[in-house]
Amino acid sequence: MADKKRSTPKLDELEKGEWPSFVKEIKIAAEKNPMANDLLGQLERSYEEKIGHWKHGGIVGVLGYGGGVIGRYSDLPEEFPNVSHFHTLRINQPAGWFYTSDALRKLCDIWEKHGSGLTNMHGSTGDLVFLGTRTEELEPVFRELTELGFDLGGSGSDVRTPSCCCGMARCEWACYDTMALTYFLTMHYQDELHRPAFPYKWKFKMSGCPNDCVAAVARADMSIIGTWRDDIQMNDSAVTEYAKSGTDIQKDVVGNCPAKCMEWDGKKLKIDNRACVKCMHCINAMPKALAPGKDRGACILIGSKAPIVEGALLSSVLIPFIKFVPPYKELTDLVEKIHEVWSENGKNRERVGEFIQRVGMGNFLEAIGVEPIPEMVAHPRENPYVFYEEYFEEESEDDKNA
Amino acid sequence: MAEQATIQEVSDAMYKMIKDSMGQKKWKATDLTKAVEQLFGERCDKALIKSAIRDLIESGKCVYTYFGGSFIEIPHKEGAEN
Repeated sequence: MADKKRSTPKLDELEKGEWPSFVKEIKIAAEKNPMANDLLGQLERSYEEKIGHWKHGGIVGVLGYGGGVIGRYSDLPEEFPNVSHFHTLRINQPAGWFYTSDALRKLCDIWEKHGSGLTNMHGSTGDLVFLGTRTEELEPVFRELTELGFDLGGSGSDVRTPSCCCGMARCEWACYDTMALTYFLTMHYQDELHRPAFPYKWKFKMSGCPNDCVAAVARADMSIIGTWRDDIQMNDSAVTEYAKSGTDIQKDVVGNCPAKCMEWDGKKLKIDNRACVKCMHCINAMPKALAPGKDRGACILIGSKAPIVEGALLSSVLIPFIKFVPPYKELTDLVEKIHEVWSENGKNRERVGEFIQRVGMGNFLEAIGVEPIPEMVAHPRENPYVFYEEYFEEESEDDKNA
Repeated sequence: MAEQATIQEVSDAMYKMIKDSMGQKKWKATDLTKAVEQLFGERCDKALIKSAIRDLIESGKCVYTYFGGSFIEIPHKEGAEN
């Protein structure tokens, strides 16, 4: 039975309007869960005082694991005793976020029994997130989760739960099987996922095409994004249909091409595929007429992160094109080399992108044994990483003679 | 070629390092790895060190903690809970 209902005039403002409201959801949970009721009280206090009242981190976890539980404590435990512990659990989501409704019901039953009953579906890491439980409930939750066939995800300085778009399961643009690769990486890196062994977090994110629906390029230490090597597939009669039905191909398709590689004469669309940067704009604008090429694979990029310790970074190209074939040995060999170099030389809380910035991409490539090539771009049309040592050697010879 | 150290030897050495510097230094897995590599030299490799860390954690002698990054510590009553 929940405690006495709390007065929440400020939070009530966030229930108004037609849209879903987190306040409404917490209030529903608070009717039968004292944790959710105290959460409302503490949150109202934060709105009044304009400060948060959470403490973060600590020992919490389950035996043997160093990830999956994020310790959270109230700094007002006397006033809000039911949220004095309010730990978060990350549950490793199935690739592409596919669940049966039965599995979801059982997961929710576990959480109503052991926690606040509040969830994030899903957190920005990709995991299914259980919000708010006490330290003594962690082992029982973990036991019931594993009996149901689920496991904790990553947190801290470990391999974070790999995540991907729905790929070939639901999308015609997928250039490789994101879900198979995500499943493989999750299994292959189980030890690194549960036992933090790195200078800081390491994220794999897999997108099936350059639309990048999981925003891998902006968030993942290693972004694996589908692409193609041959020409965009084009159906001329479907292009004509788009024009007839009112699409302004010149303005909305050709005019928005960042590579300026398209021409439209009012009858025929021409694409200079050698200049295409695979931005997907034209394909998205006319999906019945255009499609990625048939020679499909993925591009591996490295080094993006959100701005926590230092500023935000976007990924840059490491391997321009790779055909993924199980058991993905080429990929795991590459990752192993990167992990070794970064673990040996990275500073505490230094993401691999920041490490590369500090040591220089040239030195990083040499350390991991990858030859620099012109396609290793930071963004289209720019490559700041290739240095022509022969040229500099010749120049210094000339300097000597001068 | 020197005989390889045992998991127990390495995990005991790690435990001593953590215990002796408790309250002064927090150890990351990478720091422990480098320290025991130096201590045991050719007698241990990365796979052995990984097993020793796992032994340390699964025996309950040490736990993972999180303070901005992940550390390995001797279990204690944590400050945040107070």
